[in-house]
Amino acid sequence: MDLSVINPILLFAALMSAATPILLAATGELVVERAGVLNLGVEGMMILGAICGFAIAVETGSPIIGFVAAAAGGAVLSLLFAFLTQITLANQVASGLALTLFGLGLSALLGQGYVGIKPPRLPDINFGFLAEIPVIGPVVFSHDPILYFGIGLVAAVWATLKYTRVGLVLRAVGENHDAAHALGYKVVRIRTLAIMFGGACAGMGGAYISLIRVPQWTEGMTAGVGWIALALVVFASWKPWRVLLGAYLFGGITQLQLNLQGAGVAIPVEYLAMSPYLITIVVLVILSADKSAAPGSLGRTFHASH
Amino acid sequence: MIALEKRPEPSRAFSYLTPVLAVIATFFFGGLLFAALGKDPVTSILTIFWEPLFGEFSFYYRPQLLIKGAPLVLIAIGLSLGFKAGIWNIGAEGQYIMGALFGAGAGLAFYPSENVLIFPFMVLAGAFGGWLWAMIPAFLKVKFGTNEILVSLMLVYVAEQFLASMSLGLLKNPEGFGFPGSRNLQQYASAHNAEIIAGSGMHWGVVAALIAVIFAYVLLARHRLGFAVRVTGEAPRAARFAGVNPNRLILFCLGTSGLLAGLAGLFEVSGPAGQVSIDFNVGYGFTAIIVAFLGRLHPIGIVLAGLLMALTYIGGDIAQSQLGLPAAAIQVFQGMLLFFLLALDMFTNYRLRFGRSEAA
Repeated sequence: MDLSVINPILLFAALMSAATPILLAATGELVVERAGVLNLGVEGMMILGAICGFAIAVETGSPIIGFVAAAAGGAVLSLLFAFLTQITLANQVASGLALTLFGLGLSALLGQGYVGIKPPRLPDINFGFLAEIPVIGPVVFSHDPILYFGIGLVAAVWATLKYTRVGLVLRAVGENHDAAHALGYKVVRIRTLAIMFGGACAGMGGAYISLIRVPQWTEGMTAGVGWIALALVVFASWKPWRVLLGAYLFGGITQLQLNLQGAGVAIPVEYLAMSPYLITIVVLVILSADKSAAPGSLGRTFHASH
Repeated sequence: MIALEKRPEPSRAFSYLTPVLAVIATFFFGGLLFAALGKDPVTSILTIFWEPLFGEFSFYYRPQLLIKGAPLVLIAIGLSLGFKAGIWNIGAEGQYIMGALFGAGAGLAFYPSENVLIFPFMVLAGAFGGWLWAMIPAFLKVKFGTNEILVSLMLVYVAEQFLASMSLGLLKNPEGFGFPGSRNLQQYASAHNAEIIAGSGMHWGVVAALIAVIFAYVLLARHRLGFAVRVTGEAPRAARFAGVNPNRLILFCLGTSGLLAGLAGLFEVSGPAGQVSIDFNVGYGFTAIIVAFLGRLHPIGIVLAGLLMALTYIGGDIAQSQLGLPAAAIQVFQGMLLFFLLALDMFTNYRLRFGRSEAA
């Protein structure tokens, strides 16, 4: 075992990249849950985004178009969930599970011709002299545009929820849909848009895994990241900046266990690979005592006749 | 303008009709999917649903119906109890793996001695493994209020890693020339879950599934605990007044579903699968969720739904080898079924009203 092979600067740089898929998906889900909808289909939308983004990036040669396609794919799949829960008023837990099972199958079907191909690379942004700064340069200024987009997204979601009318209406719908309806807000329409936003974010998160993190396509490659993102929203008490913090924490754990595997620590690989899931459980236990932050109407079905 | 109007009471007719309609809709859209993949839709559907039952080789495929259906029914029965009460165990796949590992480990510990008591001991160990794995989310939910959906699901990934570690390490066949995977339990008479009547597909897992169905039916229809399950799902507040202890119910529902999933894993690994290997599990724990919903969370419905799902697995295999239909297409097909079921379920609780909309 040789821990000195783990370079802390590279670890921190890789941590930001490892956190991005979780960050994107969790930010999307946060908006969905603030609108009062619990979409357990994040894993399904991510994996569909992963293959849509991968396939389109390979076909067009442009990773950016790939990411746009991934967002579109995730949003379209989430429309199915919106239809089930908002129009036919189906149970949200069951519908979310259905979305995940369906997304896993559909992505495997779409991805058949793409196994073993290398996607086009998305170049890192060139920050010029900023990247030369010791320590900070390689950690902060050496990444691809999507990573910065993720951080910007958190800021945008935070500002929108806190300072704008749209954010206020969204929160009203999530806290008490009957009151929001009585005020004349279109509950179903607002929720559907929120669900689509969540789908688009999850799709991009998935594509980040298949286009940048791995970069390759394999069936079921999201391996539970969507579920970790769901846990992260609870962890963050439905607050955007805490999502960022949580994502970096999980990214750090994921990256650290990968580095430990590489360093040949005496712990078997399988037990290291378990750690992100186990830590998610531990964090959930610690934080589940406080449920006061949850949106009031979370997971409840809305029908105007109630 | 079409509006939805809540029915005063859920429609009985629609609650029976929806699964049938969902299957028909899935046939139709599944056919479109197969056509989009360049296969003849009618031939594909017939290959999946007709060939295994009445085709030339049905004598081979019919027993498979029991072999594939038994674990699905066994797991789904357990899940349905929780789902009825609003307790969501979606980590059955993990409990299934742990049941198989505990059971196979218990049997292999005695290798190569032969004794009739080894198999019953394995059954107990398998049930215990599944139960134990499900008690983790149950305990955390009762003690700390942790979300059981996320915890039970996280534990699936933990169980998969554990399975990999076991089949490459502790349980690896010492005479296996370094290949991953345990000894073949089919070649170890005391631990083999053999067919009770040769060639019928009837193994001990099928017997266990039938017992579970009867047990669940009696429980829900006649027992106080079944009443507690139903009333908690339909009216949680009323349940409190009726003296239902929610914590005990959580422990019971998660524990029972884990136990049954563990049994399913043990019967699979000691019978049809034969050995512990990295990928002996094929997602029964997740498909069972579809089975539970398709069967309307009712024991008899689950038997029918389990057989139908088993049929899609068997027919899917045939279509894969004969028509080159990708395995993932069957997965999509199964997912579609759940979608249509959930969507059409609207008609059980609501009815459509046509006419001009009026300000309420």
